[in-house]
Amino acid sequence: MTLPKCELTRREALGRIGATATAALVANNWVKMSQAADARPKAMIWDAHGHLGGARSPEESIARSLRYADRMGIDRVVVSMGMSFVYDPSPEELRRQNDEVLRAVRFAPDRVFGFVYVNPKHVKASLDEIDRCVRDGPMVGVKLWVAMRCNEANLDPIVRHAVELKAPILQHTYLKITGNLPGESTPADLVELARRHPDASFLCAHTGADWERGIRWIRGVKNVWADVCGSDPTAGMVEMAVRELGAERVVYGSDFPGRSFASQLAKVTSANLPETARRLILGENLRRLLLPILTAKGIRA
Amino acid sequence: MIVDVNVSLSRWPLRRLPCDETPRLVAKLKEHGVTQAWAGSFDGLLHRDIAGVNARLAEECRRDGEGILIPFGSINPMLPDWTEDLRRCHEDWHMPGIRLHPNYHGYELKDPVFSEVLALAEQRGLIVQLVARMDDVRVQHPLLRVPDVDLRPLGELVAGRTKLRVVLLNGSGALRGEQRKRVGALPNVWMDIATLEGLGGVGSLLEDVPLAQVVFGSHCPLFNFESALLKMQESELSAQQSAAIFHENARRLLGR
Repeated sequence: MTLPKCELTRREALGRIGATATAALVANNWVKMSQAADARPKAMIWDAHGHLGGARSPEESIARSLRYADRMGIDRVVVSMGMSFVYDPSPEELRRQNDEVLRAVRFAPDRVFGFVYVNPKHVKASLDEIDRCVRDGPMVGVKLWVAMRCNEANLDPIVRHAVELKAPILQHTYLKITGNLPGESTPADLVELARRHPDASFLCAHTGADWERGIRWIRGVKNVWADVCGSDPTAGMVEMAVRELGAERVVYGSDFPGRSFASQLAKVTSANLPETARRLILGENLRRLLLPILTAKGIRA
Repeated sequence: MIVDVNVSLSRWPLRRLPCDETPRLVAKLKEHGVTQAWAGSFDGLLHRDIAGVNARLAEECRRDGEGILIPFGSINPMLPDWTEDLRRCHEDWHMPGIRLHPNYHGYELKDPVFSEVLALAEQRGLIVQLVARMDDVRVQHPLLRVPDVDLRPLGELVAGRTKLRVVLLNGSGALRGEQRKRVGALPNVWMDIATLEGLGGVGSLLEDVPLAQVVFGSHCPLFNFESALLKMQESELSAQQSAAIFHENARRLLGR
């Protein structure tokens, strides 16, 4: 016999994110728990790091991801890059991928923030894409991946233009003992770039994944935030990040759909932190980072 | 009610963890409704005095386990007289199973010694927990680089052993596509969810592996316990599916 699925609304899920909530979850007493008295306002959860994929269209992909986001109480998500991962995209490929993100943003404009994907090997095309998607479009940030290490001079005009538009920059970083890709940045590369541009705001994606070293690399550079996404849900990561950087410089992200919201959220929800710190990490820090450009664009958040 | 088939006691060799003291771990597990946890020892990865590791594990589960910790001793078949360690796990410590780390102990599944371990475990009715990985190979310590266990030979090795029960820990994420389906087709292999990734990972796993062979494992305290718990929330599971994964399958497997 197949029993009915447990229906779960976003509001109910929001109430469940927290240490005291799980007993009800495990008892499958979900609705009952969500109705339990809890006077605290629910934490706002914004996910700083997501992608498209695993579906036939951008609309189908983001709709699927938002269904899971609802189950986990996630209010808003940042999406960048298109339906396929291309390490070194041509100008045409950049445009195609950004078009796919634009479709995802249009599908759920009140839930999805787009970050424009650029390639420092094609500076003019990247600046044009920033103009098309951010200055003249709905996107609110810049995404850099693995085409070129981010300490290169080619990055400078891209960063300057992002600053003009008040757009934060999400830079992929990894510290692989197995060897980075030729154009794959480390947190050390990002620190070089961030020191050249103290007026820019950088999200250090994955915090290098080898986060014990990544956190140390970015510790002294105040315009770099740790994006804790896209690595194993190892206990102690967020506690160390908060200890070394302060809760104001730590941002929740997942790297969905390749990673689960669950494993990445657990890094924050399970961390031994004051509730105020948890709220900063789950959403308030990202909102603060985005607020200048959202305000400039007249987007309410 | 939860049975967690994948927890470890003692210290991870490379950093302190929030729950690496047994009373704290037990408190965390109980806070989240865990009523039984199958515990190995981090010491089993690198210590050569495995008999000492297993004696401490059994004693700690008894002394600090508050009735929820079930010890699974480590067996390193590359050590001299390892069969005596296995005997002690079964006869002296009354453990229901053993935990294997082929990648830390320097052998592969295709090596004859692995078959010998399986044969002895089957004879004694011991559950075999086979750990596919402990951490991400891309970010390991440079002096402790340990590859994932190559699971490809597993099917052939367990196929004829009808009384053998193998629980694959931290393997569900590494296995993809057809390989995961092949393991799922082995009726005497169970899989935990600790290292599953991707949105709706538990639901996706159930497309490849029969419900009766999926068990709840957290890999706590190296991983946050809540990771596995929230995965159960993320996937759209029926109450029947949740109950099977949270506790029924593991209880049936253990026979208690």
